[in-house]
Amino acid sequence: MNEIEKRVLANPKYQELIRKRTPYGWIMISIMFFVYYGFVLLVAFAKGFISTPIASDMTTTWGIPLGVGVILTTIILTGLYVRRANAEFDPLVNDIVREAQK
Amino acid sequence: MNRVFAQIFLGLLSAPVLGTALVTAAHAADPAQASGSSTNWLAIAMFAAFVGLTLWITKWAASKTRTAGDFYTAGGGITGFQNGLAIAGDYMSAASFLGISAAVMYAGFDGLIYAIGFMVGWPLITFLIGERLRNLGRYTFADVAGYRFAQAPIRVFAASGTLVVVLFYLIAQMVGAGQLITLLFGLPYWVAVVIVGLLMMVYVLFGGMTATTWVQVIKAVLLLGGVSFLAFMVLLQFKFSPEAMFSEAVRIKTELADGDLAKGLSIMGPGKFVEHPFSTISFGMALMFGTAGLPHILMRFFTVPDAKEARKSVLWATTWIGYFYILTFVIGFGAISFVLTNPSFLNPDGSLIGGNNMAAVHLSNAMGGPIFLGFISAVAFATILAVVAGLTLSGASAVSHDLYSMVLMKGGHDTKKELKVSRATAAILGLISIILGITFEKQNVAFMVSLAFAVAASANFPVLLMSLLWKDCTTKGAVAGGFVGLATALVLMTLSKAVWVDVFGFEQAVFGWTSPALISVPAAFLTIWAVSMLDRSTNADKERAAFPAQQIRSETGIGIAPAVDE
Repeated sequence: MNEIEKRVLANPKYQELIRKRTPYGWIMISIMFFVYYGFVLLVAFAKGFISTPIASDMTTTWGIPLGVGVILTTIILTGLYVRRANAEFDPLVNDIVREAQK
Repeated sequence: MNRVFAQIFLGLLSAPVLGTALVTAAHAADPAQASGSSTNWLAIAMFAAFVGLTLWITKWAASKTRTAGDFYTAGGGITGFQNGLAIAGDYMSAASFLGISAAVMYAGFDGLIYAIGFMVGWPLITFLIGERLRNLGRYTFADVAGYRFAQAPIRVFAASGTLVVVLFYLIAQMVGAGQLITLLFGLPYWVAVVIVGLLMMVYVLFGGMTATTWVQVIKAVLLLGGVSFLAFMVLLQFKFSPEAMFSEAVRIKTELADGDLAKGLSIMGPGKFVEHPFSTISFGMALMFGTAGLPHILMRFFTVPDAKEARKSVLWATTWIGYFYILTFVIGFGAISFVLTNPSFLNPDGSLIGGNNMAAVHLSNAMGGPIFLGFISAVAFATILAVVAGLTLSGASAVSHDLYSMVLMKGGHDTKKELKVSRATAAILGLISIILGITFEKQNVAFMVSLAFAVAASANFPVLLMSLLWKDCTTKGAVAGGFVGLATALVLMTLSKAVWVDVFGFEQAVFGWTSPALISVPAAFLTIWAVSMLDRSTNADKERAAFPAQQIRSETGIGIAPAVDE
């Protein structure tokens, strides 16, 4: 391990980055898993509910908004992650890089 | 360059807009005429315009392609937005455009379930892989997976994983291309396959990643423009009420089922696709993890300058792909109302002229007349071309960078030679795909895409994830687990209905699920874990000790190779 790496490792900001970013990634992945497999399980085991119209005089079933919702969730979660990464992780990374090269 | 580009591109986009003005006049013509197998000159002309533009770009790209870095990664100078479009372009293949809209037309809601599967792998890439990939790698995903490992074994594995995925994907695309082009343009099958193969070789050989990326970007914009127009026209007919669109679809489906309302309503809920829940879950798993293991997608993360742009590119890609699938769903329902009810698109037995996958193509004729039909046909052709170019480039990098440069030459740097090998491989892959495309003409190749996803999910993805995030992972563990995943996926796919029954002609499938992922993915992860834990060699200790340094680089980008190549 070279000097720069040693400095990074000793930097509390690096520890903070590791402590925050990876677990955040896993939490977001877990939400995605929960949403997607929740949808798949509903589709597989609660067919009746999925095929029920959202109102008695309508054709649109619950499955449609839920399905489109999964697609939108994917985009929204990605957006949330990118926003936090831009606002919080990037400045941390920039600090770490700058402080390591002093 | 950008301005010229934008002008040409707007010119191309205006074609369908002009088309709508002519709809009324053109609509009187027999729609079947244009979608049959007679030579469709309008579509050919639009396609020729696309090819002309892309060849011009290739010429420009060739003048910029000097080093290995230019060839493999466009010199790392693609922006996040451009790369997002290129990634989306790689993912929105003709198969997903035509296949999913047709699936929605036939089965309604099931098509949506299928489309969702293709969406959910993207967050996985965003949250855990994309930025790290950019920080650790240069040309191929093996750079990343093998960052702290013994190079020869991991590269041999990664190249095998890449080539298996690329070849199966290529064959599926080539056969699809041949059939589609025969139908849309009225060209003989072999001519179509040869044209695709040769054009793809020109892009890759001369223009490298720069040309491949721009071809992909243009095609993505054309395709997104096309589906937007199509979906807009469909929704316009229903005064932008999805409810009206659904109830009309149910009415038509009921009518087609001789008044059986239950059958009509079946398109609004889960049907055959989820008859076997475990099979569905396994298939979903292959799509989710497979996306994060497709070499031609992973390769795109090396074309952007830094991790921030990599992150931006997945956000754009995810947004465009989601938008695309939602519109595809609308298009499928539109096809129920405007294709299934129009005798000029149907054979006497009620099936679609030209085959099951033609729903979106016929709909484009119904909504925009022959000019829009020509546009959509040209876009479908362009789509295949762009996707095969990306696949070929990633296969070529695996051979020249991983096998030739890192294994054979043991990392000894001679970029000129490496480039030569890469170009030679691209040419050979092009020839192989032409030959296999012609050989497999009459085969059912649909399973090959799911096979490619299954292998990507079971071999490439576990190795990539574990080497990135698990400090105790060792070379032996990664290589053993990767090959176990690869072999399990291949064996189970061979025993499943798609190969065992449909190709080999046995009576019953040994393996009952559509996808092996639910077994082969855990098998790969378990093997990586077990073998790594049991690995007590001194090399293993060194590899574990190298994790903190790898982590520093993957998290911060410190030590990253500059975008400018030697």
